[in-house]
Amino acid sequence: MKPSLIMLVAVGVLFAAGVTLLLERTLTRVLLGLVLVGNGANLLILLTAAPGGPPIVGTTEPGEMTDPLPQAMILTAIVITLGMTAFLLALAYRSWRLVGHDEVQDDIEDRRIMAMAERDEGSDAADADTDADTDAADGDVTRAGSS
Amino acid sequence: MLILLLAHAALAVAAPALVRWLGPRAFYALAAAPLAAAGWAIVHTGQVVDGGAVESRYSWVGPVGLTLSLRMDALAWLMVLLVGGIGALVLVYCGRYFDPAEPGLGLFAGVFVAFAGTMLGLVVSDDLLLLYVFWELTTVCSYLLIGHSTASRPSRRAALQALVVTTAGGLAMLVGFVMLGVHAGSYRWSQVADALPGGWYLATAVVLILLGALSKSAIFPFSFWLPAAMAAPTPVSAYLHAAAMVKAGVFLVAQLAPAITVSGAPAATTWRVVVFVGGVATMLYGGWVALRQHDLKLLLAYGTVSQLGLLTAVLGAGGRDAAVAGAAMLLAHALFKAALFLVVGVVDRATGTRDLRRLSGLGRRAPALAVAAGLAAASMAGLPPLIGFVGKEAVFASLFDQGLTGRVVLAGVVAGSVLTVAYTLRFLWGAFATKVAGSGVAVAGGAAPGVDRTVVRALLPAPMLLAVTGLVAGLAAPAVDRLLAPYADRFRVTGPVYHLALWHGPGVALGLSVLVLGLGAALFRAGTFGADRGQARTVGGSAGAVYDRLMVAVDRMAVEVTGATQRGSLPFYLGVTLLVLIALVGTVLAVGRPFGEPVELWQAPLHALPVAVLVTAAVFAAQVRQRLTAVILVGITGYAVAGLFLLYGAPDLALTQFLVETVTMVMLVLVLRRLPSHFSERPQRWTRWIRISIGVAVGTAMAAMAYVAVGARNATPISVDFPDLAVSYGGGRNIVNVILVDIRAWDTMGEISVLVAVATGVASLIFRRAQRLHRRGPGEVPSEPPDGGSVWLMAGHTVEAGRRSTMLEVVTRLLFHPIVLLSVYLLFTGHNSPGGGFTGGLVAALALVVRYLAGGRHELAIAAPVNAGAVLGAGLFVAVGTGVGAMVLGGQVLQSAVLDVHLPLVGHIHLVTSTLFDVGVYLIVVGLVLDVLRSLGAEVDRHQDADREAERTKEPV
Repeated sequence: MKPSLIMLVAVGVLFAAGVTLLLERTLTRVLLGLVLVGNGANLLILLTAAPGGPPIVGTTEPGEMTDPLPQAMILTAIVITLGMTAFLLALAYRSWRLVGHDEVQDDIEDRRIMAMAERDEGSDAADADTDADTDAADGDVTRAGSS
Repeated sequence: MLILLLAHAALAVAAPALVRWLGPRAFYALAAAPLAAAGWAIVHTGQVVDGGAVESRYSWVGPVGLTLSLRMDALAWLMVLLVGGIGALVLVYCGRYFDPAEPGLGLFAGVFVAFAGTMLGLVVSDDLLLLYVFWELTTVCSYLLIGHSTASRPSRRAALQALVVTTAGGLAMLVGFVMLGVHAGSYRWSQVADALPGGWYLATAVVLILLGALSKSAIFPFSFWLPAAMAAPTPVSAYLHAAAMVKAGVFLVAQLAPAITVSGAPAATTWRVVVFVGGVATMLYGGWVALRQHDLKLLLAYGTVSQLGLLTAVLGAGGRDAAVAGAAMLLAHALFKAALFLVVGVVDRATGTRDLRRLSGLGRRAPALAVAAGLAAASMAGLPPLIGFVGKEAVFASLFDQGLTGRVVLAGVVAGSVLTVAYTLRFLWGAFATKVAGSGVAVAGGAAPGVDRTVVRALLPAPMLLAVTGLVAGLAAPAVDRLLAPYADRFRVTGPVYHLALWHGPGVALGLSVLVLGLGAALFRAGTFGADRGQARTVGGSAGAVYDRLMVAVDRMAVEVTGATQRGSLPFYLGVTLLVLIALVGTVLAVGRPFGEPVELWQAPLHALPVAVLVTAAVFAAQVRQRLTAVILVGITGYAVAGLFLLYGAPDLALTQFLVETVTMVMLVLVLRRLPSHFSERPQRWTRWIRISIGVAVGTAMAAMAYVAVGARNATPISVDFPDLAVSYGGGRNIVNVILVDIRAWDTMGEISVLVAVATGVASLIFRRAQRLHRRGPGEVPSEPPDGGSVWLMAGHTVEAGRRSTMLEVVTRLLFHPIVLLSVYLLFTGHNSPGGGFTGGLVAALALVVRYLAGGRHELAIAAPVNAGAVLGAGLFVAVGTGVGAMVLGGQVLQSAVLDVHLPLVGHIHLVTSTLFDVGVYLIVVGLVLDVLRSLGAEVDRHQDADREAERTKEPV
């Protein structure tokens, strides 16, 4: 089967633009990037079947039909992307409500461990004595967040 | 056997409830499980004594060859008896030992019974992998039991230490098992033993397995965890750390010895070196340290370490006589050590201390207890006519006959036995003697503590029974010999064999016994009354320090590795992931050069139009700074993709994509109305170029991949039969829909589950308090419009006049019902023409979106007066119900059936049950969008109103 150049270009551009957005820190942009990448991936799957008639028995002769399997996969992917979008949007909105912007922050806990590594310290995990403190701290963050 | 295991499991689960109901008395009921195991073993004695075995096999995980193959031969019989019998006794003892107010008693009881069950499983499992599973389960149970007092730091530490050491050993053991199993092509020990590999392969496997066995049995250098484990309640120590779990390692050594010791160099040599050096070193080390303890329990703990060393050396030695000796010692040790630990428990409970410097005169005040302890201790020291004496005689005799190596080991064992006698005397003297001032050891802390006699009376039966059993076993030595012989006969016999007996006549063994007792007594006198001024050694010793340093090092390394790899920055992670993708794809393309296929510009010129739109929109979308513009550009690419779907012959996809893109745009706009209109400008301009480069590289890689993938499609696709299958089995003509609801219905089931999870997630992110979650429901439905005139939308009046659009209201009023009707039509015709649950659901959802946009949240409440969660639940229920229904009716899960019914008036109806499944999908999609509208729409409206309200009240101030 001969690949079509313009379709390859379409896939490439969707991925390129999508990834560029995905690497941003603004959650909305990440989300849009995800949608673009999703469209690119769907096109890629679509390309694996040669164009043809719709895979509906009675409308098209089986010989002229395009392969229905990639279509089923894409259909699933489209709807899952919708779900992802909804969830990320909710995240972005909540982030905006809590901190006034929707930018992805660096993980504070990871920063703490990096600082620990720079100071050549251990985490005392073997003695597991700090559990209670951490739990309490987490609880506070949540409470302070919801105004 | 499986029933016994299940009985343990059931009682373990029921234990917390039983304890809550009956208090500590529940332990009596729980003792039934191990008692049944012991009884079962006794019933099958005849079968086992004849050299046979009780077997049962159940298939478990077929693909990895894991079967529940259980087998009780003579060795396992002995272990079952010990595990069950002592387990039952200790549980009965627990019933009187614990205070009803003890925290966490229910959990403790459950874990204890579970432990007894796993131990039972361990000794009867014939499959090496199954044995490993039980092995690790005992580790976990032991962890929970040692850590019983969760509030105490030493207790937690000891538990973790035991867990880490024995699990590490267990993992090494697993590798050894796999090495053997892969070679033999089976994991059943009875088969593996007949198909052992040779050379260094076997030697490596043996060392790995021994690592597991020795760490479990606290053999040097792993000894340190066992004394620390004495932080556990005393009954636990009596059972796990004397009678049962630590015996697992010894048991494994005994199980393997008959096969390995005859396998020839280098494996057999390696085995002997490890077993002898480890065993004797442990025996001497444990005995020596035990002599210096002040805590009776620690004294016994080190004594156990020492005895485990002896058992390992003897059972690992190989040869029939050593096997008999080892098995007899195993029995003897279990009996006397459990008894002694239980005695310590009594002493502790009755006097409030275990410190032998504080105890004095206990022997006079609790003579019965002293008798029990005396009997058990005599067995430990090897005095006739107890089983300990019989065992030790056999050990001496068998090692003496094993050539030079045997005699060197014998010398070590004799030295160790001298220490055993000495610490036995120290134990008896420490616990029961009346200490006179000036005897070298002053009674610390003033007067000796009083004795609570009721406690002694209540707790005495269990240790007494064990001690007396030791006496009876000793007197009945020939009978014991007959019971243990089948195990020993696994070694090939040449010439006369040794028989256990109380009297063999004067000989080397008897001479050594006398020598040991004499030297031991002398050492005790010299030690206790001469040099007892030294401090008690800290628990653990130098190996413990090594363990500590190791743990700190691991912790440090974890911090360094985590610090270096977990940078906490999302773009960093994504960047790394994508770079790996580029590198992988790039390498494969560069190496494989799969570029044979010629490329054509397009398959049809018409394709160029959507592609051009798509490319332009995507490029701009990556650059613009206004949120709304970006959203619209991304939406345009989506519609262009939908167009391409249509051109490629995928009307279902085109329809769905078109609808999803619309819903997505609406959702985005709903949220973006609250966010700032521009993306924030970030200062690092150079990172922008990195992002773009990665993006372009990924795009190129993916395009190349697409090119290769398309070119590689030269086999006949699996879907070539789908048209026929769809009609004959699926009962539908739209193949894509049949794939979704029938051929690959499981995928769809997973997908709708994800959708339900997403909807729930969105709701919980937006409704920040659980009390507000009821707003997923319709909420307050507004009253009738005030003017009573003609209205287009019921809740139109609730929208502010400035934002109201009559045009929109009219169109909505006219279109809503036709759209809903269309959605139902799409749902039901989807099986035969474009449409289906997803499409139908999305159309219905769009109808709701329109109502919301035109009339606000109150209008939405009128349009859909239901809780979004309920819709989702109903959808999932219908979908799952269809699947289960097919199963109940005798088909496979989600299998569909075709029903052709002829109804009067309506006419012929062609009904496929998978349509019902599609109804579930439809409901879930509607529920998802409804949930999104309620949260991102209605709830965000409320936030906005609240903020505006707050603004207004602030202004006058």
